[in-house]
Amino acid sequence: MSNKKVREPLFHVAKRGYVPKYKSWAIRLGSIIAALIVCAVVTMLLTGENPISVYKTMFEGAFGTERKIWKLLQSLAMLLCVSLAITPAFKMRFWNIGGEGQVLIGGLATAACMILLGGKVPNALLIIIMLVASIIAGAVWALIPAVFKARFNTNETLFTLMMNYVAIQIVSYFCMYWENPKGSGKIGVINSNTMDGWLPTIGKYDYLLNIIIVLVITIAMYVYLKYSKHGYEISVVGESENTARYIGINVKKVIMRTLFLSGAICGIAGFLLVGGTDHTISSTTADGRGFTAIMVSWLAKFNPIYMILTSFLLVFLDAGASQISMVFNLNESFSDIITGIILFFIIGSEFFINYELKFRKSKKEVK
Amino acid sequence: MGAPFALELKGITKTFGSTIANKDVDLQVKNGEILSILGENGSGKTTLMNMVSGIYFPDSGEIYVDGKEVVIKSPKDAFDLKIGMIHQHFKLVDVFNAVQNIVLGVNDGKKYNLKEAEKRVKAICDKYGFVIDFSKKIYEMSVSEKQTVEIIKVLYRGADILILDEPTAVLTPQETEKLFDVLRKMREDNKSIIIITHKLHEVLEISDRVTILRKGMYVGTVETKDATEQSLTEMMMGEKVSLNIKRTEPKNPELRIDVKNLSVKNHEGKLVLDNVNFTANSGEILGIAGISGCGQKELLESIAGLQQTVKGSSILYKSKDGEESQLVGKSPKEIRKLGVALSFVPEDRLGMGLVGNMDIVDNMMLRSYKGGHTAFLERKAPKDLANTIIKDLEVVTPSAETPVRRLSGGNVQKVLVGREIASNPTVLMVAYPVRGLDVNSSYLIYDLLNKQKEHGTSVIFVGEDLDVLIELCDRIMVMNSGKITGIVDGRTAKKDEIGILMTKNTDREGKA
Repeated sequence: MSNKKVREPLFHVAKRGYVPKYKSWAIRLGSIIAALIVCAVVTMLLTGENPISVYKTMFEGAFGTERKIWKLLQSLAMLLCVSLAITPAFKMRFWNIGGEGQVLIGGLATAACMILLGGKVPNALLIIIMLVASIIAGAVWALIPAVFKARFNTNETLFTLMMNYVAIQIVSYFCMYWENPKGSGKIGVINSNTMDGWLPTIGKYDYLLNIIIVLVITIAMYVYLKYSKHGYEISVVGESENTARYIGINVKKVIMRTLFLSGAICGIAGFLLVGGTDHTISSTTADGRGFTAIMVSWLAKFNPIYMILTSFLLVFLDAGASQISMVFNLNESFSDIITGIILFFIIGSEFFINYELKFRKSKKEVK
Repeated sequence: MGAPFALELKGITKTFGSTIANKDVDLQVKNGEILSILGENGSGKTTLMNMVSGIYFPDSGEIYVDGKEVVIKSPKDAFDLKIGMIHQHFKLVDVFNAVQNIVLGVNDGKKYNLKEAEKRVKAICDKYGFVIDFSKKIYEMSVSEKQTVEIIKVLYRGADILILDEPTAVLTPQETEKLFDVLRKMREDNKSIIIITHKLHEVLEISDRVTILRKGMYVGTVETKDATEQSLTEMMMGEKVSLNIKRTEPKNPELRIDVKNLSVKNHEGKLVLDNVNFTANSGEILGIAGISGCGQKELLESIAGLQQTVKGSSILYKSKDGEESQLVGKSPKEIRKLGVALSFVPEDRLGMGLVGNMDIVDNMMLRSYKGGHTAFLERKAPKDLANTIIKDLEVVTPSAETPVRRLSGGNVQKVLVGREIASNPTVLMVAYPVRGLDVNSSYLIYDLLNKQKEHGTSVIFVGEDLDVLIELCDRIMVMNSGKITGIVDGRTAKKDEIGILMTKNTDREGKA
């Protein structure tokens, strides 16, 4: 019984050693092309539409008009802002999936200031108070799970996730409490006549200020993570807590400090959403960005500059896909299918960057 | 030639990359006998048994069970051949009780029936004399009870060949006695038992025959009744090898570190360091010998401020000016603030000493990044240091910006030792600094340690190769199960003398 020959499986997965940059980018590019081909096949099979025209529509959905471009940039800026916020936490391997709640609470603090103080203090002062309040609110919301993690080693993933629901319920409560007009169950546009607490606009561009602010945060975060002592400590704690202890870093302090920062920037995102563009708040103000941001951050390997690209990719897919369902009169789900396929391939490509399939070298046995 | 062996290995070889774990190993086990596999750390005992239990697959060689050649590709194959291994680290589900753990993964084609299973488990317990509480969950159990569950688990699956990997390492003497009774009963039941161990007295007490491995090679098999501690030590340690490491006389040694009554408990509350007392002097190399896991790691970490010590422990540091400071209860940061220039090359290079994903420059910065008055990092000095180390220690790397994870083991170690020496320490602690290094790199490290000694540094060297310890160190302290069993002079010490100090039973002394 010579069963020895069949002992090696057909292929096995092996970790790659060093992967040069050009190779990893080639794999990524290849995955996007593969995704587009699969999407084209799926489109033809399901709808009979010409895939080229579908892609064209997608492009138009994102860049079709000037308004659409501005809208795209605004979504990009807001998604990027939340992604920047959670990045230091994730780089420290602290799974902050509570970005959603931290943004909401920051937004609620902003809205509260606008409602309670609007018209009572000068507008410039009001905006400063709004900013400070939103930073503190977001930071505290992130600091609570951080303190528990540092002191009692609780699981931060569950804790931050649950904090989201608490935030949503609190916002829902205040939506009823401050409802306007009465009986609507929601807060309408705040200070719609006086525009108290509305962030100023630059020229006729409603979104430009937000975009500039986020751009500044991006650069600041890049510098903070790469060139500051704090950023270095974050990397060390994230890579190995043992090493951090060995060289005398106070791990607990770093965890709390970093989450404070993470929450503070989430608070700023809430401030920009409520004070800058929406001028109202509801429990859906954060719009799932706290979760999408995790993907943005990971895909970009926590590099704030790459994150501009990855968040662009995600908002582009989103805008394009909804255009497809509208133009071709397709079900909403179709755009989700397309987005899903593309993301699947992009995320899947990371596997092939880190691992390779090794096939059995010789095929001696013939049946 | 009578009945075939229950298990026979012929010419088994296994390599991991360039390291040879086992080379041409033969082994035979009869039915109804207890065989010990004896060898130092890293002699390939566990690797060999992992190949029998289907965890690794040998590069070459043959395995026979009951005289028939077999191929073991997975633990399932091993179980089908009635081979079961009890690993050193238990593989149990904490929130399940014993019976649930025992039936877990058993696929005998029958319905899942806990009542039925419990009956069978009881029968096994009665047969061999196990005592087990069925209502307890695993997390409520002591280490010895967990081990019992693991053994029953293997028996429940019908194993006739049982492999135990250092079963007594975690047991008290009384528990060891109980385990041995059970093993003897199994032998009467015609089961074959293989025990991996490095405790000589246990080998002599329990086994019928002993197979000895050294550095992955098969040394020989002897009948226990013909063996003595002395003869086994010799086989295990081998002939003395001359290494020609230079050793200078210590110059004006003065007291640097004075350790008194140092005790450390692990998280299970067991003493891993038990009332340790010793001194380390400037200008000398103090070697620490011992089977690994005898408290060496805890000892170094206590001095470095990384371990919680038991009350009453004292580690006094005496500076060149005669100033004394107590290191117990201080964090690494506080120790540095006291002005104690303490360098530490830990055993776990990439998990503690360095950050694998960071490049050499950033790893240099680990010790120095806090300097300077701005909030920003200063990368110039670390970069210069990195380049100096790469040049002086001949580190093979594409550049100083290469992540250290990508360097080979020897180069990683050069980077780490280089950084630790760069801060001009007065005390330098190194744990297994040449593990995994080739001959040239090893000698380079010995040279660096000798230079530090000549500088007047107090060097503490934890090693595993006795030949090296004897040729390099001025004094050698032997640790055994968290205790110090002797301090010998490196110039006159004999290998077997240290070997016996390392392996003799400390637990039973003074109790008999």
